[in-house]
Amino acid sequence: MINESTVFWSRVLTETTLSFHIIYATIGVGVPLMIMIAQWVGYRNNDEHYILLARRWARGFVITVAVGVVTGTAIGLQLSLLWPNFMELAGQVISLPLFMETFAFFFEAIFLGIYLYTWDRFDSQKKHMLLLIPVAIGASMSAVFITIVNSFMNAPQGFDIVNGKLVNIQPLIAMFNPAMPTKVTHVLVTAFMTAAFILASIAAFRLLKGSNHIYHKKALYLVMKCGLIFSIASAIIGDFSGKYLAEYQPEKLAAAEWHFETEKGADLILFGVMNDGEVKYEITIPYGLSILAFSNPMAEVMGLNEFPEDERPPLYIHYLFNLMVFIGMFMVLVSLVYLVGKWRGWSFIASKWYRWVVVAGGPLSVIAIEAGWWLAEVGRQPWILRGIMRTEQGATTSGNVDLMLLLFCILYIVLGIGSIVVLSRMFRSNPIEKEIEDRESEKGGEVR
Amino acid sequence: MNLEVLGISVLWIFLFGYVIVASIDFGAGFFNAYSLLTDRSHILTEIIKRYLSPVWEVTNVFLVFFFVGIVGFFPQTAFYYGTILLVPVSISLVLLGIRGSYYAFESYGSAGHKGYAFAYGLAGLLIPASLSVVFTISEGGFVEVVDGHPVLDYWKLYTSPLSWSIVLLSISAVLYISAVFLTWYAWKAKDIDASNLMRKYALIWSIPLIITAFGIIVELRGHNVEHYENIIAIWPLFALSGLLFLVTVWLIWKKRSYGLAVILLILQFFFAFFAYGGSHYPYLLYPYLTIHEGFTNKEMAIALVIVFILGLCLLLPSLYLLFRLFLFNKDYVTGKSNDHA
Ligand code: HDD
Ligand code: HEM
Ligand code: HEM
Repeated sequence: MINESTVFWSRVLTETTLSFHIIYATIGVGVPLMIMIAQWVGYRNNDEHYILLARRWARGFVITVAVGVVTGTAIGLQLSLLWPNFMELAGQVISLPLFMETFAFFFEAIFLGIYLYTWDRFDSQKKHMLLLIPVAIGASMSAVFITIVNSFMNAPQGFDIVNGKLVNIQPLIAMFNPAMPTKVTHVLVTAFMTAAFILASIAAFRLLKGSNHIYHKKALYLVMKCGLIFSIASAIIGDFSGKYLAEYQPEKLAAAEWHFETEKGADLILFGVMNDGEVKYEITIPYGLSILAFSNPMAEVMGLNEFPEDERPPLYIHYLFNLMVFIGMFMVLVSLVYLVGKWRGWSFIASKWYRWVVVAGGPLSVIAIEAGWWLAEVGRQPWILRGIMRTEQGATTSGNVDLMLLLFCILYIVLGIGSIVVLSRMFRSNPIEKEIEDRESEKGGEVR
Repeated sequence: MNLEVLGISVLWIFLFGYVIVASIDFGAGFFNAYSLLTDRSHILTEIIKRYLSPVWEVTNVFLVFFFVGIVGFFPQTAFYYGTILLVPVSISLVLLGIRGSYYAFESYGSAGHKGYAFAYGLAGLLIPASLSVVFTISEGGFVEVVDGHPVLDYWKLYTSPLSWSIVLLSISAVLYISAVFLTWYAWKAKDIDASNLMRKYALIWSIPLIITAFGIIVELRGHNVEHYENIIAIWPLFALSGLLFLVTVWLIWKKRSYGLAVILLILQFFFAFFAYGGSHYPYLLYPYLTIHEGFTNKEMAIALVIVFILGLCLLLPSLYLLFRLFLFNKDYVTGKSNDHA
């Protein structure tokens, strides 16, 4: 009875919107914190360069916010348009954090407007800097609340089902579900990490392209420090996420690790290809999976064969998991080597090839974000609400979803290209050397 | 007052907020494009930019608040409206997306291109037109439940005079609200040319507004008798709204007290909007969904109301700050200070 092609197109449209939205959303969560750090360092050390850094980041940030807002509005409505049955059911239990999220947005939007239009308006820098705190809090809280909704989809609780009806609903219990602690912290910390490495990319790129201004060097040093801290935190919390999965969603972990038979002292499989159910060319780390899942080399890890065939997630999430973890480790290494090099005076960190490695860090982090979300969401399949509602039961019965997909794809292409063009034009037409000069002549009242 | 009435009232207030702030925004974009076409852009563009820049994101949040809130308080709306509105709302979303982001691209990024301004102005009229379809559908008669699934009859919808009158009303309301507001704002900014131009537009658009408003009530009589009778039963509210309309137009005509005119305009729409909402009670969608059947459980409702009250304690002071710094700040409004990042 369920229309398969409608379900299919609804999934594709949801995936497209979320995958596009998450790029801008992640920047929206991470960058305000980085702006705040820069402005604070500038204020503390009375260093105009850091203040300018904050100001230029803020200018670029507006563009990404704009795209984040419109794509977010799209996904917010699409949840009801494409998954009406799911929203009708889940809305009874989990609409509280969604509602809270709108307040977080509201709060952020108001103060962002004020912050952007009050540079130089107050006598003290500090007053202006304080306006950024609500922006950063609002952005982070919206990530927290939406991730709570998503963690509920992975570990639903806070209600009972009696004769197909939801009873005994407890909104707070639903919010504080077992998936929530690791998910919320991992999402937040990876957003901060990604923002730091994207900004590092930009600084390294400017240095490569001939500007040898001290401004970019200061920027790079600052964001690499932040990047190291956040990437280490991401890896640690990522490890906790794995432990959560082992306990509450073993099928997702088993699929991600290609672990089929329940066994003690399970090995960790990296990469490899699947051939007629045989894993080939893999790298095996003995006892690795048991350690990852339970911090104990002899612990028993549940295998995928314990689950009925039609409740197993697709196996390709293995690669997504590997990709994410690999990028996470790689970025820890890149930022660590950079900082140690800075400290001990290694010259190669200022070399061309190493700067290119740093430039790659930003896009790589975004790829890790995408891989992580695809792992988490595809790994939940076939459930939209784990154990309670299957994805196809949640879908709309309305036709024309494929047409709408086309429409939205055009929109995202326009937005994606538009934001890149506008951002690059914005900074190319006003390079840092020019801006510093302008500011000095403004202050001194004389043109040099 | 029971919880479902409280819930729908809160949502209705936010929708009203969206109607007012978004109308100002949409209309401003249209007038800007129109003035480019008629070579009068030097008069308007500055004023419009100065008003819109700090507040555009806030406008959008009003809408988000409404649709998230309605699914929270009335989860069954997700089932009915979610299923039938896929096409019309997707179109609105794409328009909103283009319009919102290009506004930011243009005003923070590069200098303006004429083509953008036209697309922007046109989208400002198409969005209210496409969103207003929701009001038409809620009157019933366009939706049928087949095998337990609601299905929308597009042909009937697009050939119904009611839907076209509602589209016309939404467009004239947008332009009228925006023109009255900008008359006042330009006057406050001491830009007399702009104020006079907007005054003329306000007077022009008041005429289709009042005609379509009456027309819709008449058409409802044939389309949805129950709703029509409810409207007649509370006619004094509509009469009050009409009276406020007349006073506003009179003030604008006489070039007197533009500030008062804006307040009366908001009150006029407030009464009309709430009288309309009240006469629609208890239906969310004739005849399938009422606020009583569609209501969420009690625990969730109480939690939502508590969060709402806490949220307001946070928002109202912040909104006040925003308005004080921009809308009511002399230096900012008159363009003496511009501290954009
Ligand atoms: C820059 C991005 C990034 C990086 C470097 C990492 N992750 Fe991650 N990961 C995410 C970005 C991400 C994410 C996008 O934020 C996800 C998707 C959904 C979620 O909860 O967070 C995620 C999910 C996610 C999950 C699934 C959680 C669930 O489905 O409930 C696990 C098990 C891990 N991560 C583990 C790790 C480990 C062990 C890493 C070691 C370095 C790691 N992640 C690095
Ligand atoms: C499927 C779930 C999601 C829904 C329904 C959703 C909904 C929304 C909506 C409605 C907006 C626009 C709000 C406005 O008008 O201001 C938005 C923007 C945003 N979303 Fe999402 N979102 C989802 C997933 C996420 C996730 C997982 C994150 C964070 C990790 C996130 C972070 C953001 C941010 C930060 C913005 C604002 C852009 C900015 O201010 O920079 N969203 N989202
Ligand atoms: C913003 C970050 C997110 C991204 C990038 C993301 C990505 C995805 C992807 C790739 C799927 C498709 C899985 C599949 O088809 O196998 C999916 C499914 C889904 N996600 Fe998420 N997700 C995010 C957050 C959320 C959140 C927070 C919610 C809840 C409010 C949510 C709601 C859904 C729904 C309703 C589906 C059903 C469609 C389906 O399973 O195919 N997503 N998401």
